[in-house]
Amino acid sequence: MKLADGIESYGREAQPRVGFFTDTSVCIGCKACEVACKEWNLVPEDGLVWTGHSFDNTGELSANSWRHVAFIEQQAPDPLKRGNQDFRWLMESDVCKHCTHAGCLDVCPTGAIFRTEFGTVVIQDDVCNGCGYCVTACPFGVITKRELKGDGGTHKCTLCYDRLQDGMEPACAKACPTDSIQFGPLDELVEQARQRCGDLVEQGVSEARLYLADENDGIGGGGAFFLLLDEPEVYGLPPQPVVPTKHLGTIWGAAAAAAGALAVGVAAAFLGGRE
Amino acid sequence: MGSNMAENHPVGFQWVMEGRLKGARVIHVDPRFTRTSAAANLFVPIRAGTDIAFLGGVVNYILENERWFDEYVKHYTNAPVIIDERFKDTEDLDGFFSGFDPDTRIYDTSTWHYAGMPVQETAGERSSGATKGEQSGHGAQAVAFVHGEPPEEDPTLQHPRCVFQLLKKHFRRYTPEVVSQICGCTREQFLEVAESLCENSGRERTSAIVYSVGWTQHTVGVQYIRTAAIVQLLLGNIGRPGGGIVALRGHASIQGSTDMATLYNILPGYMPMPHAEKDGDLASYLDNHSSTTGWWGHFDAFFTSQLKAFWGEQATNENDFCFDYLPKINGDHSTYQSAFDMIDGKVKGFFLLGENPGVGSSHAKLQRLALASLDWLVVRDLYEIESATFWKDAPELETGELETEKIGTEVFLMPAAAHVEKDGAFTNTQRLLQWHFKALEPEGDRRSELWFMYHLGRKLREKLAGSDDPRDKPLLELAWQYTTSGPYDDPSADQVLRELNGVGPDGRAVGTYADLKNDGSTVAGCWLYTGSYADEENKPARKVPGSEQDWIAKEWGWAWPLNRRTLYNRASADPEGKPWSERKKLVWWDTAQRKWVGADNPDFQEDKPPSYVPPDGARAEDAIAGDHPFILQSDGRGWLFAAAGLMDGPMPTHYEPHESPFGNPLYAQRSNPTRQLFARRENPYNPAENDAYPYVVSTYRLTEHHTAGGMSRTLPYLAELQPAFFCEVSPELAAERELEHGGWATIVTARTAIEARVLVTERLKPLVVDGRTVHHVGVPYHWGTRGLTTGDSGNDLFPVALDPNVHIQEVKAATCDIRPGRRPRGRALRELVESYPSTHEASA
Repeated sequence: MKLADGIESYGREAQPRVGFFTDTSVCIGCKACEVACKEWNLVPEDGLVWTGHSFDNTGELSANSWRHVAFIEQQAPDPLKRGNQDFRWLMESDVCKHCTHAGCLDVCPTGAIFRTEFGTVVIQDDVCNGCGYCVTACPFGVITKRELKGDGGTHKCTLCYDRLQDGMEPACAKACPTDSIQFGPLDELVEQARQRCGDLVEQGVSEARLYLADENDGIGGGGAFFLLLDEPEVYGLPPQPVVPTKHLGTIWGAAAAAAGALAVGVAAAFLGGRE
Repeated sequence: MGSNMAENHPVGFQWVMEGRLKGARVIHVDPRFTRTSAAANLFVPIRAGTDIAFLGGVVNYILENERWFDEYVKHYTNAPVIIDERFKDTEDLDGFFSGFDPDTRIYDTSTWHYAGMPVQETAGERSSGATKGEQSGHGAQAVAFVHGEPPEEDPTLQHPRCVFQLLKKHFRRYTPEVVSQICGCTREQFLEVAESLCENSGRERTSAIVYSVGWTQHTVGVQYIRTAAIVQLLLGNIGRPGGGIVALRGHASIQGSTDMATLYNILPGYMPMPHAEKDGDLASYLDNHSSTTGWWGHFDAFFTSQLKAFWGEQATNENDFCFDYLPKINGDHSTYQSAFDMIDGKVKGFFLLGENPGVGSSHAKLQRLALASLDWLVVRDLYEIESATFWKDAPELETGELETEKIGTEVFLMPAAAHVEKDGAFTNTQRLLQWHFKALEPEGDRRSELWFMYHLGRKLREKLAGSDDPRDKPLLELAWQYTTSGPYDDPSADQVLRELNGVGPDGRAVGTYADLKNDGSTVAGCWLYTGSYADEENKPARKVPGSEQDWIAKEWGWAWPLNRRTLYNRASADPEGKPWSERKKLVWWDTAQRKWVGADNPDFQEDKPPSYVPPDGARAEDAIAGDHPFILQSDGRGWLFAAAGLMDGPMPTHYEPHESPFGNPLYAQRSNPTRQLFARRENPYNPAENDAYPYVVSTYRLTEHHTAGGMSRTLPYLAELQPAFFCEVSPELAAERELEHGGWATIVTARTAIEARVLVTERLKPLVVDGRTVHHVGVPYHWGTRGLTTGDSGNDLFPVALDPNVHIQEVKAATCDIRPGRRPRGRALRELVESYPSTHEASA
């Protein structure tokens, strides 16, 4: 996987890039990840609202839910099962992708959002002024603003930055009983994930695929990537996410060209013909 | 089967997942498609309450297709044994075995015995019916064979009355077609399961069966497990690595709880509580309950050592070791009977420790009425649970069935310390004791159970000091000295463990239960735990990581008995003591060392050779042959046919649940004839096969909540994961009853009506049973009136219909009606319920 944007500023102090490989084929939907994350990071409870949407009452990632387990009930053949199995229940623990090219990082005006020495993306609560630019810059809708208790700032997964600094794995990875959430050096994880995906396809699970493991995709690959058993849209994930600042150079160029053309046009309008 | 392991034992389920990743095949058979089903390789839906039919079909498949493990069956089970000629099967008597008394509804089991061998039972008295079954059921298989000669057998398994042939005859009708008819699955689904099990059993491969309360919570719960035992014995899976029957417990230390006699009729170590009339003195008690053969032959040593643990120096040979001081039972004091006794004014006071029957017991209203009848109630819990607040918020206050001003119960709420605030051990489903150390002192008034019981005893003794009333002696003469420490004078849990382990005449911790004596020279609180403190080491506290050990990992914690990790592992070797295969070796006989060796501790006398034949008159373990692995059975064999010990039959039979929309297609006798029912005003039943209650209903659990909800509804991070009480229905049922997804439904039984949000899901499928479509309503039972998320209690719907052996409630299969919309309030609720049919009949 590529080096994360901004890591070069650490020079020799940069650490090997770490992240998550979430293998949804072994997720049992227990939500230990959601609870462990909230406990460790003191993320507030964010609403006792029954959604009726399968067993998912969390709904989506937000300032107050940094891990979200999705449940998708499908009338579809389950290749993990032999025989007449025309129903399956997909489960997936979603999280901030800690993108190589991170939109939130690019647009943050205060510098609250920064790239850590581990290649992860973290929001500094005491710097964030709640402007909300990052909310729209994330192609996945991971970040929102926390209004609870007059907080007003934005929050998201830190990949347990404090735990990493003490040589520990993030709380969700530690709590996950089936190792659906795996933590470690990103390159090793990608290697393992490719192996696992290949094994599944060989076993007949033809829809198995990796998501955000390709450094040539629109975000340069994710620090958190996934093994999915169907298309990303099925899980509520964007199929071809692109960091919004990707074309910034071209956009400015186009704007400059447009401004130039406008200036020429205006000049021409004034210079050519006084009636 | 009968389990939702991924949801209710998620941490344990990691091993199933790991197995699956290594190529193990995971099969889930259940009425609902759950998170376990999602992770399985094969899911087979069956109607709730039909597991015996399904497993019986597997038994028949094994026998008809000659797939049993022949050498194992012939040597290790009682397949060759010939049964009494008076024995009659359900096939002969249209759903009954021989010996049924329709007046008492109890079987005289003498015709079930081995031919010519009166099997001497424990507490065999017919009149104590309910008591008997449970004492035997807990491993106190003091079924003594009158000495000497082995039973009449046919080693070729051809004799028409040998167990093997009786089994064949009994299960002959459980064909794949009949299984499909009763269970609602297809023939093909059933055959795939049966064939998978057969294919994956034998010398080179083993299969395991895992169950939980989906099997136990039935009026035939014990027989469910018996059917699995028959399957596993026929396939040769018991006592072998990767095999066996794994009983998942419902709570982190409920195993430890039952080991320490959480049930009214057993003492720690599963010894029977003495009966006031039948066990008048020590000699009678020992006579009634000992076995001459098998390890229960040392019952007297286990029992007297326990009396010594209770009364120490005061317990001597001369006073029968203070046997008279031990409280005695004189009937059925189980949970549900006790509730009726409370209502009748026979029980005045009650200690409720870490349990919430006002939400967690079947027909929970009965429990609330019972609690409201007490003089006093002590509740120890982490939270103010519904069983402590019933007097102000029970649903019966709204209907007028209870009035706060008229409730005389004085409730004491004593806050409990959490598990990180105390030392102690959990004993889990693998019989593994794992010690945990106190991480911080509890704040405020929170105290551990150990602190509470010790100081309660201390204070009572102080109040009674100097009394010479004989009634006070049992309390005053208790051995009650423990070292205390810390700001609250906590007694030492470590000392308690050592006392359970036992101490010898030399004052040193005992190493094995084989060293316990019946002469008062040894002290041991619980013979099963002997060895846990051997060599003065707290073995449950050992935490050598698995990565530093072999695959058995004996140095993580300590399992009873004697750190044997797989019970009956002698069966992992053939009759000559050689492993059945290299691949599946576990323990074997080493001829050079003349002892049993292997990765696991042998569950067998270390030096007993495979060739050992017990001499005439041999007793206790000496009466068990070298090729009989089932050492707790009096004949050392796995019982395909249970000649004694059970209330409802030597072989399992399909019976319908007490409340069912169906009749029994196999026999005229619809339900378990010995099931325990109560004909009482407070205890209405749904009439069976009644159109008013056309749907099957069961309780279940969610990962996000914990049992009766006291520890999860009150925590924000858990409450928000499942923030409302809901019921699960199929789209077809929703259409039939006009239920709206996300809306409300009212579920009705003869007991009451409750309301729940509606979750329409295809995970529940209607099944075709006996030509009719049947629907299932799923009810998670975690909700009550208190906490961050509140709701009606699912258990309020269910009946008090119990398994006759162990008095457990049938909540995994009952009937109900379901209607759209919220339920009525106040008097109107009672009017709705009373508009439905009900019966108080407690028979047939």
